Amino acid sequence: MVLQTTVVIVGAGHSGLAMSRRLAERGIDHVVLERGEVANSWRTERWDSLRLLTPNWQSGLPAFGYAGDDPDGYMSSHQVADHLASYSRAIDAPVRTGVTVTSVAARDGGSAAGGYRVTTDDEIWDTDVVVLANGGSGIANLPPVADGVPSGVLSIAAKDYRSPDALPDGHVLVVGASASGVQLADELSRAGRDVTIAAGEHVRMPRRYRGRDVFWWMDAAGVLDERFDEIDDIVRARHVPSPQLVGSPDRTVDIAALRARGVRVAGRVGRIHDGVAQFSGGLANTVRLADLKLHRLLDRFDEWAARTGAEGLADPERPADTQVDAAPVLQLDLARERVGAIVWATGYRPDYSWLDVPVLDYKGRLPHTGGVVDKAPGLYVLGTTLLRRRRSSYIAGAAQDTADLAEHLSGYLAGRPAGDSERAQQDAEAIA
Amino acid sequence: MSTTTAPVDNGVNSDALLGARDALREAPAGAQFTWRATSEWVRGTHSRQTIEHFRGLGDEQKHKKAFVLEGDHPEVFASEDHAPTPVETVLAALAGCLTAGVAAVAQNRGIQLRSVKATVEGDHDILGILGGDPEVRNGFNDVRVVFDIDADASDEDIAALVAQSQKRSAVFDALTNPTNVTVSVA
Repeated sequence: MVLQTTVVIVGAGHSGLAMSRRLAERGIDHVVLERGEVANSWRTERWDSLRLLTPNWQSGLPAFGYAGDDPDGYMSSHQVADHLASYSRAIDAPVRTGVTVTSVAARDGGSAAGGYRVTTDDEIWDTDVVVLANGGSGIANLPPVADGVPSGVLSIAAKDYRSPDALPDGHVLVVGASASGVQLADELSRAGRDVTIAAGEHVRMPRRYRGRDVFWWMDAAGVLDERFDEIDDIVRARHVPSPQLVGSPDRTVDIAALRARGVRVAGRVGRIHDGVAQFSGGLANTVRLADLKLHRLLDRFDEWAARTGAEGLADPERPADTQVDAAPVLQLDLARERVGAIVWATGYRPDYSWLDVPVLDYKGRLPHTGGVVDKAPGLYVLGTTLLRRRRSSYIAGAAQDTADLAEHLSGYLAGRPAGDSERAQQDAEAIA
Repeated sequence: MSTTTAPVDNGVNSDALLGARDALREAPAGAQFTWRATSEWVRGTHSRQTIEHFRGLGDEQKHKKAFVLEGDHPEVFASEDHAPTPVETVLAALAGCLTAGVAAVAQNRGIQLRSVKATVEGDHDILGILGGDPEVRNGFNDVRVVFDIDADASDEDIAALVAQSQKRSAVFDALTNPTNVTVSVA
C-alpha cells in the first residue's frame, strides 16, 4: 500500500525535528522517517569523549530552549541525543523510527511537479515535498591518498574512532586539523601515544577571548548571522574545516598547544606510497594563513566591542603566532616509526546514495540555494555546513533555517496549480 | 594610507578570473589543462626547450609565439654555462608563479602595487646528484623566498597577500607536494 502525506522529512536529528515543529505550527501534514532512533548518529557515530563545540545556551530548538543548569557547558554526544529525544517527545513529532529510505524519486517519472515517491525498507510514501535532513556527516570523506595505506596499519575514519584504547598499539598519524583532528590528536597524546598530525588548511580559534566564549563573540558580533548569499565564495566557505576547538572551558587544542604537548606537526598528506607517508612542505604558510585569519576574526570582535560599548570584557590578549619546526617532517616511514593506526579526520559529506532525483553535480554534491534545491521544486535540504548562514553549521542554526524554509515550503505548496493536490489547497488555507 | 579614489590597477583582470572560476565550476571538463614543453639536446649539458602549445578549455591552445628556454650547467661543473641550471629555472618559476599570485590577489583585494621584488634561494647538497652520498636527496633541501613589496596596504595586509599567493600557487604546490612523474621512451 502506498501511504500519502504532504511532506516527508528524512532524518530525525535536530534539523528534521525542528522542521517537523515548524510544519506542525503551520498545520502541514508530514512524517519524519528515521533509519535508527531519534538522534541516531549522535548515539552511534561519535567518539566517546566528544562534546559539542557550542555552549549549551546555544543548543535551543524551536519552542524548546535549553532549560538545564549549565548554560555555559558543552553537551556530550549522549546528552545531545537525550536533548533531541526530549524535544521529539515535547513536540510530539510524527517520527517513524527504524525506517530506512532506499529511494527518493520524482513520482511521475521526471517532473517534480507531480511530487515524489519515497521508498523505504518498510513502506512507500507519495508526497508533495521531501526535506533531506539526514545530516551533513553521513559519509567520511577519505582522500584518494588513503588508498595507499599498507596492510598492517589500521586506517580508520574519525566517525568510526571511539577511544585511544580501541586503537592498536604504536604511533598514531592523525590526518586533518579540523576540530575532529586536533581533538583526537590531543586525546591520543594525553593517553600517552606518540602522535603526528598532518595539518592542511585549518581554522584557529581560542576557546575564550577577553573572558568570553568564542561562540558568545560570534553570536554577539554577528558572525554566525552572515548569510550564504553575503559570503564571497560560498562553495569554498562550505569546505572550510571546523574550528580548532573542543567543548571544554579551559582546553586549547590548536597547533601551538598540540606542539607544546609533544605532538609532531607535519604538513598536509601528499601521498602514502611504499609504506611511507609524505607531507607537504607548505606547513609554515598553512599556519601563517590560520594566524592571519584568527587576527582578522579577533579584530572584528574588538571593533564590535568598541562600537557597541560592550561592558565587562577583559583586556584583549592575543594568542602568540604559531611556530612550527624550521624543517618540518616531510616523510614518515610507517613501519620504522611503528605507526599502528592512521585516523582520517578529513571531513564528511552527506549520503545521497538513495536520491534518485538527478540533481547532484559532477562531484556528487547537492547544489542548493540556502536549502532550496532549485532544480527540483519541492525538494529541500537542511542541516549541512553553512546552509543559510554560519549558524547553520551548529544546532543553533536549525531554528532560523527551518523557519525560513518552512515559509518557502508553504509558499510552494500554496502556489501549485489548482487541483494538483487537495492537500496543498488545504495547507494553503491553513496558512492563510 | 592612500586617499586617492583612482581604481586599483595592477594590470590584472580580476573580473575575468572570477568569471572563469564560476564558468568552469559549471563546466569542469574545461578546467582540465595539459601544459607542454619540448626539449632538444644541443651539446654537452646544454639543451633547449620550446614552449608553444597547450591544451585547455576543451581545445588545443597556443601561445602568441613559441618561447625558448635553455638549460646548461656552470663552469664549476666543468660545463660551458650557456644558460641557467635547470634547478635555477625551477626557482625562477616559483618566483614567477608567486609574483603573479601576489598581483592577482592584490587586484582582487583592491590593493595598488607599486613594486614587487622577490629573492629566491634553494639549498642543494650536490653529493646527491653526483652519487657521492646515498643518504642525500637529489633535490633541494630548503627553498626560501623573500618578498619586498611596496603597496598601498598595511604590513599585515601585505603578509596576507603573500600567504594567499602561496595558497593558490601551482609551482609552490608542485615543489611542496609529491607528484607522480612518468618518464618513458617514445
